[in-house]
Amino acid sequence: MERYKQIPHTADLAAIIYGQDIKELFENSAYAMFDMMGDIEGLGASEIVKVRLVAPDRESLLISWLNELLYLSYSKRALFSEFSVTMLTETELQAEVKGQSIAKDIKRLHTEIKAATYHDLKIQQTNKIYMVTIVFDV
Amino acid sequence: MTQPFTGNLEKIDDYRWRIPQKYMPGMKVPGIIFSDEKMLKDIVKDNAPQQVANAAHLPGIVRASMAMPDIHWGYGLPIGGVVATDVEAGGVISPGGVGYDINCGVRLVRTNLEVGDVKPRIKELIDSLYRKVPTGVGSTGKIKVNFQEEKKIMTEGAGWAVKRGYGCPGDLEHCEENGAIKGADPSKVSDRVFQRGRGQSGTLGSGNHFLEVQVVDEVYQEDIASGFGIRKGQITVMIHTGSRGVGHQICSDYAQKMVNSLSKFKINIPDRQLACVPVKSDEGQAYLGAMRCAANYAWCNRQVITHLTREVFEEFFRGSAESLGINLVYDVAHNIAKLEKYEINGKMSLLCIHRKGATRAFPPGREGIPKDYGQFGQPVIIPGDMGRCSYLLVGTDAAEETFYSTCHGAGRLMSRTAAIKATQGRSIARELADKGIIVRYTGRQTLHEEVSEAYKDVTDVVDIVQGAGISSKIAKMRPIGVIKG
Repeated sequence: MERYKQIPHTADLAAIIYGQDIKELFENSAYAMFDMMGDIEGLGASEIVKVRLVAPDRESLLISWLNELLYLSYSKRALFSEFSVTMLTETELQAEVKGQSIAKDIKRLHTEIKAATYHDLKIQQTNKIYMVTIVFDV
Repeated sequence: MTQPFTGNLEKIDDYRWRIPQKYMPGMKVPGIIFSDEKMLKDIVKDNAPQQVANAAHLPGIVRASMAMPDIHWGYGLPIGGVVATDVEAGGVISPGGVGYDINCGVRLVRTNLEVGDVKPRIKELIDSLYRKVPTGVGSTGKIKVNFQEEKKIMTEGAGWAVKRGYGCPGDLEHCEENGAIKGADPSKVSDRVFQRGRGQSGTLGSGNHFLEVQVVDEVYQEDIASGFGIRKGQITVMIHTGSRGVGHQICSDYAQKMVNSLSKFKINIPDRQLACVPVKSDEGQAYLGAMRCAANYAWCNRQVITHLTREVFEEFFRGSAESLGINLVYDVAHNIAKLEKYEINGKMSLLCIHRKGATRAFPPGREGIPKDYGQFGQPVIIPGDMGRCSYLLVGTDAAEETFYSTCHGAGRLMSRTAAIKATQGRSIARELADKGIIVRYTGRQTLHEEVSEAYKDVTDVVDIVQGAGISSKIAKMRPIGVIKG
């Protein structure tokens, strides 16, 4: 099963994310975002960050998760490629993410995503596969 | 995701189309799209009119949910959206009505140079500008500021730069809000905003941001053009950029806070990206304070880039910026929310005007435009794509209809991925050079994503706003050199 599929959007980036369960959906959403931002193939794991977030509902939690990762990426000048959600409820998430500073390898970054948006956000389940479409502002 | 709009669009006249209020039960006002029949065929394709209808649900909205002809689908408000809410009547403010790139905007700089002075050496000039002005994703600026100075930038805006020698007082007089909107409150800006924006002062960014060297190809109203310091054959510079990571993080922070506050204020909206709070609430005032910080950061950014440009021209043409006549014509924001007074139902009301991918266009005599432009009206700068042209317009009295708002640019037609696919195998740089346009860029896909055919023709957009009477053409500029991120 593919982790995500990029789809057309007039001015920004959009992708359909897939997961066998909700945790995987969250992990694949993060993977999709960074995969669309830059070259994460062969990225090291020297930057390890633990993330803990709360939000009013699952969709808000998903966007908070992605925007938290964006903030970490820009403030640390790093890209992330490994995502492990260790705890997930409707309103709380704990995760560990791994990546590498690209301060000396800035060419790995080719698209600056400003944020993950709430546009048309709805987590759905079809035939035991979880899906969500996310629009990213670039 | 890109299903065409299938709702009813009623023709009002050749340039105005109405989405009736009864289209959706929660609409408080109708939607009005400024377009002609030809452009409307493209507008409905990406469902942007649905976003016009969604915005009509915002509490306190007055008159109509409007969209300019460069409309395209965004998130929340469409790009090209204009929405006004009545502050005293519980009207709301929405970060989704401003955009992530707060005060993405554009400035036009004039010179005394003629095309003949520059064209023979345009490649070297563009190379020099490319070396001087930081561009591209992840780029950092040449001006290093600490945390305390960043807070000052957020309140002083372009004035911070001028005080430190990166410009002159005349620059501030010829900038919207004199280069800094009052009421910025850095205490409403999170630490992570400072961390994310670190090092980005004086940078162009990427995507559709650019610095162009242009020649004025046509002048439509000589007296007003002359009043703005513009004449045919003259070299101008246009700078398009915004608030970089500062704006993005502020919008992200507050969009999340407002989503979390929707139940508190019992607000129902069809799209979470339109999350909003009453302007007069603590949350609304906090967002306004923070948004203004980002807006001022952007004005400072454009001022610093102007200074870098002047330095390049001074060295290149061996003269002072003053002797070369390198002066700011005007600088406009096209992603911002402003508090402005208008007459609504016979009463002067304070409105929160959201302009998202739309530009303020004040008429002659209106307070808030430079004194030397008072008799002409406010200059409106409309950048086109890198292969065609840009325009200088002026605000009109008739634009009161749109709360003195007009278009902001060309508006995208094609997604980035579609543009890359359509231009595979083509050398866009060579195609531009064949048209007499030298380009330097950083991102490997930038030129493909930003190719002309990915955008509406800005001439069509400008002709519609002129036809509708909400702004008026003054000059057309053609690019001869471009730098992009």
